[in-house]
Amino acid sequence: MKRNVNIKSMKYEDFNDNEYIEQMLKELRDNGTNVIVGCLDSVIEWGRSNSLWPLTFATSCCGIEFMAIGAARYDFARFGFEVARASPRQADFIMVAGTITYKMAPVLKRLYDQMADPKYVVATGGCAISGGPFKKSYHVVCGVDKILPVDVYIPGCPPRPEAMLYGLMQLQRKVKAQRFLGGINKGISEKEYERLMTADINKENGKDDYDESGLA
Amino acid sequence: MALEPSSQWSDAGDGMLTVPVQSFRKVAEHLKNDAGFDYLRSLTGVDWGEDGLGCVYHLENTATGENIALRTSSTARENAALPSVHDLWKGADLNEREAYDYLGIKFIGHPDLRRLYLRDDWKGYPLRKDYDPSWNGIPEDNEETNDDAPSYEVTGDGSFILKRHPLFEDDEYVINIGPQHPATHGVLRFRVSLEGEIIRKLDVHCGYIHRGIEKMCESMTYPQTLGLTDRLDYLGAMQNRHALCMCIEKAMGLQVSDRIQYIRTIMDELQRIDSHLLFASCLAQDMGALEVFFLGFRDREKVLDILEQTTGGRLIQTYNTIGGVQADIHPDFVKKTKAFISYMRPKLEEYHEIFTGNVIAQTRLKGTGVLSREDAISFGATGGTGRASGWACDVRKRHPYGVYDKVDFKEITFTEGDCFARYMVRMKEIEESMNIIEQLIDSIPEGEYQMKVRPLIKLPEGSWYSAVEGSRGEFGVYLESRGDKSPYRLKFRSTGLPLVSCIDTITRGAKIADLIAIGGTLDYVVPDIDR
Amino acid sequence: MFDFGVVTSWIHTQLTSVMPEGLAVFLECVAIGVCLLLLYVVIAIIMIYMERKVCAAFQCRLGPQRVGPWGSVQVFCDVFKMLTKEIIIIRHSDKFLYNLAPYIVILASVMAFACIPINRGMEILDFNVGILFFMAASSIGVVGILLAGWSSNNKFSLIGAMRSGAQMISYELSIGLSILTIVVLTDTMQFSEIVMRQADGWFIFKGHIPAVIAFIIYLIAGNAEVNRGPFDLPEAESELTAGYHTEYSGMHFGLFYVAEFVNLFIISSIAATVFLGGWMPLHIPGLDGFNAVMDAIPGFIWFFAKALFVVWLLMWIKWTFPRLRIDQILTLEWKYLVPIGLLNLLLMVVVVVFKLHF
Repeated sequence: MKRNVNIKSMKYEDFNDNEYIEQMLKELRDNGTNVIVGCLDSVIEWGRSNSLWPLTFATSCCGIEFMAIGAARYDFARFGFEVARASPRQADFIMVAGTITYKMAPVLKRLYDQMADPKYVVATGGCAISGGPFKKSYHVVCGVDKILPVDVYIPGCPPRPEAMLYGLMQLQRKVKAQRFLGGINKGISEKEYERLMTADINKENGKDDYDESGLA
Repeated sequence: MALEPSSQWSDAGDGMLTVPVQSFRKVAEHLKNDAGFDYLRSLTGVDWGEDGLGCVYHLENTATGENIALRTSSTARENAALPSVHDLWKGADLNEREAYDYLGIKFIGHPDLRRLYLRDDWKGYPLRKDYDPSWNGIPEDNEETNDDAPSYEVTGDGSFILKRHPLFEDDEYVINIGPQHPATHGVLRFRVSLEGEIIRKLDVHCGYIHRGIEKMCESMTYPQTLGLTDRLDYLGAMQNRHALCMCIEKAMGLQVSDRIQYIRTIMDELQRIDSHLLFASCLAQDMGALEVFFLGFRDREKVLDILEQTTGGRLIQTYNTIGGVQADIHPDFVKKTKAFISYMRPKLEEYHEIFTGNVIAQTRLKGTGVLSREDAISFGATGGTGRASGWACDVRKRHPYGVYDKVDFKEITFTEGDCFARYMVRMKEIEESMNIIEQLIDSIPEGEYQMKVRPLIKLPEGSWYSAVEGSRGEFGVYLESRGDKSPYRLKFRSTGLPLVSCIDTITRGAKIADLIAIGGTLDYVVPDIDR
Repeated sequence: MFDFGVVTSWIHTQLTSVMPEGLAVFLECVAIGVCLLLLYVVIAIIMIYMERKVCAAFQCRLGPQRVGPWGSVQVFCDVFKMLTKEIIIIRHSDKFLYNLAPYIVILASVMAFACIPINRGMEILDFNVGILFFMAASSIGVVGILLAGWSSNNKFSLIGAMRSGAQMISYELSIGLSILTIVVLTDTMQFSEIVMRQADGWFIFKGHIPAVIAFIIYLIAGNAEVNRGPFDLPEAESELTAGYHTEYSGMHFGLFYVAEFVNLFIISSIAATVFLGGWMPLHIPGLDGFNAVMDAIPGFIWFFAKALFVVWLLMWIKWTFPRLRIDQILTLEWKYLVPIGLLNLLLMVVVVVFKLHF
C-alpha cells in the first residue's frame, strides 16, 4: 500500500534525507499489512503527525529560539504544534533545546520517562547534538543521544527558526511513515508491565523519601 | 595598608592588596563598617598553585565610587579555609558557596556551605589545577535531595568541626519548582516551603546548566575565549563580549578607534532593547497575559533583523573581537535602526495601554517583592533591580566605557523597589536606549573597524577587572594572567547570581503567584547564573 | 418561527404506532442521549477550533493552517492523537478516584449541557426548576477537580485543586445571585419559559440597569466558574505547570480539556438564554415588519450566534488580561461581587414591584 509522507506545501525534493524515509517505508511495505489496519493506520498517523504537542523545555539559548517559533512571526501553531504543554504527561515530543549538563541529565531522563507513549525527542542545537562549543567541559553531556533516543537532530547554534520548523516537519514525516498499530506501538504484556512496576517499587522501597511533586 | 602592616600592594594590572588570611576578617570588617565599602562587586576563587587557594574580592564604595581589590589565600591545599564574609556583604553568601564548589575552600562561619552548582556526590573540585575530568561521569541516578546545610567551625587546635542544620523541618509542606518549570526561565530549581499559598522559606538550587565555562577558558587562547561569552547571558551577547574584549584590550594596553567604540555602544543598546522587550513579554506570559508576549516577540524580531544584517546572528552574535568588531556595519544599518526607533516609540504606548495600565497587572505587581536599597547594595543586585530600589548602580555612569561619557542619557531610578518599579525601570530604559542610539547613529566617525592585532595574544602578568552594564546588571570580567597565551583564571561576574541570592529575602510572606511575578521582574537568565 | 416540537412529536407518533408506548419512550431516550453526546462533541470541536483561531488573531498569528481549509480539521487530528496516547497510571495514587475524576467532570458538564434550550421545542431537560437543576449539575464538576487533584498525589495538582475548590464554590454564589435577579423579573425558573417571556424584548433590555449589572456579574463569575483566564489559577501554567490535571495523560487529559471548552460554551449559552433571549429573535415591540424579518432567521442560529458572541467576549478577556492572585480572586468575590449582587437583587425587586421595567 502506498503511504503518503508528503507535508503540505513542501516539495518532496526539498527534504534532504529522503533515502532515510524511503528505507523506512520499504521496510514497512515488505512486511505487508491488512488493508483495513493499513487505512486505520494512515488516519491515525495523519492525526498524530499533525498534532504533535511540544513540552515546554529549554535549558539555554535554543530555548529563546524555541519561544520565537511559537511567537508571532514563525508561529508553529500553523503546523499543529499548537499547544506547548508544561506537564510532560501531556506532551508528545520533547525538544531538547540547549546544553544538557551532568546535573541535568538524570532530570531530563526522568522527564522523558514521565511522558506518555508515543513520544519523540528532537535534539536542537549543537550542544544537544554533540556538546557543541562545550564539548571539552567537565560538566556537559556531549550529545543528548547518550541518554535519550533522538528522532531528529536540528543543527545550529542556535538553529534559526526556519531550521527548527524544517526539523519539526522532518519529525512529522517520520511520524507519518510509522505505523501505530503493530509498528512502533509494540507494547508489553500486562504481566511484563506488572513485573516492571513491582521491580521498580521494590527498588524504591529502599529509599524512604521519593519526590512527591511528581516532577523532577 | 595602614590597618594591617603585613599586607602588600602589588601594581601588576589593576593593582591589588594582598592580605594575610589571619587578618583578613579584620580588614574586611574595617572596609565594610568604617571605610564604607558596601558593595561586593565580585568574589573570585583562584587556585594559585603553591601559593595556595584563595579569593579575590572586588569592593566598591557606592557613595564615593572608590574601588579596591583584595586578595587573600590559604596555603593548606587539603584544608584550605578562609573566614566567611557573608554577614558583611549578603552577596557573598552564594559566591562563597561557588568558591567552595569550585575549589573546596572552606569558609569558616558560613551557615550553609553546600555545593552551589555541582551535585553533592561530585568528586573533586573542578577549578583546581590538578582536577581530572575522568573522576566524574554522567550520573545514572536521580539526585538525592539533601536538606541539611553543613557549616564549618574551627577549633582551638586548628581542626574543623562540621555541623549540619536542617533547611526544612519534617512537617513543612515543601514543593519543588523546577528545574523543568515554565516560570523559572530555564533550569533553575526552587524548593519552597509553603503555608497554604504563602511562602515561608525558599531554597535555590543552581547548576542545572553549569557548563564549566571558566575552566574551559583556562585552556583556550584569548581569541578563543570570546566564543563562550555570548552563550552566558544569551540576551546580552553583545555586552558580555564587549566586557571581555575591553578587559583584554585593557591588559594589552590597546586603544580602539572611535568608530569601534561607537559601533559597540550602539550594538549594546540595541541588545538592551531586545533583552528588555523579551523581559516584558516573558513577564506578561508568566502572569497569564499572553497577548503582550506576542507583541514583545513581534517587535523583538525587528531588532534581530537589524542585528542579523550586520552580524549574521540572531541570538549569538559573535561580533566583538579583540581590538575591534568582526565586520563593518551593513550599509543599511543606520537607515534601518532609525526606522526601527520611529516604529518602536508608538509601539511602547501599546504595551502601556494593554499591560502597564491594566488593573490586574498593577495590583499584582505593586507592593510585591520589595527589595530595600540596603539589601540591593548588600546583595549586589545591580541593573534594573538595583535601580528600582533606588540605587544608582549603572556602570555606564559609574565607570563610563565605550562612548557613554559623550552621550546624554538619564539613569532611571525608582524608590519603591517592588515588582512594578522593576518593570517600569526596564520599560523606561528602552526609551533611554533609543535616545542613546539616536544621539550616536548619525555621527559614527569614519575609521577602521578592526585594529591591527596579532593572532597570538600574550598578556603581561597581572590581573584586570572590567565591567559593562549588561542587560540585567553589572557584567564583569576578572582576568588573571601569568604571561601566557591563555588566561590563568578568567571569572565572569554573573549578573544573575546576586538576583537569585536575594529571592529568598524578598519572597518570604509572598504567595506562589508572587514568586512568579518576582522571578519575572528580577529578570535573570539561568545560563548566566550557572556559567 | 420554526418549532422543533413538530418533529419530535411526529417521531413520537410514528414510533408509538408500531410499538408499545414504553418501548418508544425508551428508544427516544436512547436516540436523544446519542444526539446529545454527538452535539457535545461537535460543540467541543467547534470551541477548540474557535479558541485557536481567535487567540491567533489576537496574537498577530495565523493559527492552524495546514490541515483542511484554514486548518479546520486540526481538532480532529488532536482527537486521533489523544485517543492513541498512552494513559499513564501513576504509582502512589488513589487509582479508583484517579480514574473516576475525569468522568465526573465530563458527567457534570454533559448534565449541564442538556439543560440548554437550543431552539423552540429543542429542550432536552426542561422542567419547572430548570435553573436550580442547572446550577446543581454544573457544580458537581468541582468534585471531579478536587478528586483529580487529591488522587494524583502531586503537590501541584493538590494546590490547583484547592484553588479550584475555593474559587468555584465562591463564584457559584454570584452566578446564583445574578440569575436570581432575572428570575425575580420573570417569576419562572423554567428555561423554555424564560425564553418565551423574552418575545417582546430581551431581558437585558427589559430589566435595564439591574439586568445589565447582573449580566456583567454573571460574565465575571461565569468566567471564574469555568476556570478560564484571568481566573485560570487552578491550572495556572506558569505557576503549577498544569494544575489539577498535571498527572493526567492521553484521553483522561482530553476529557478535562474538552470539558473546559464545553463548560465555557455552557456558561455563555446560559448567559445568552437568560439575558439575551436564547433562541428568541430580536423583537422590537411596534415594528412588526422588522420582527417578521427577524423571525425568518431560524432560532438555533440566533442561539448559536448569541452564545458564540459571549464566548468570543470571554476569549478576548482571557487572552488580554493577566491572571489574578488567589487572594485577589476571593477579595473580588466576597468583598465586591456578592454585596453588589445582593444590592442588585434588591434593586430588581424594587423595579419589579414598582413596575419600572419595560
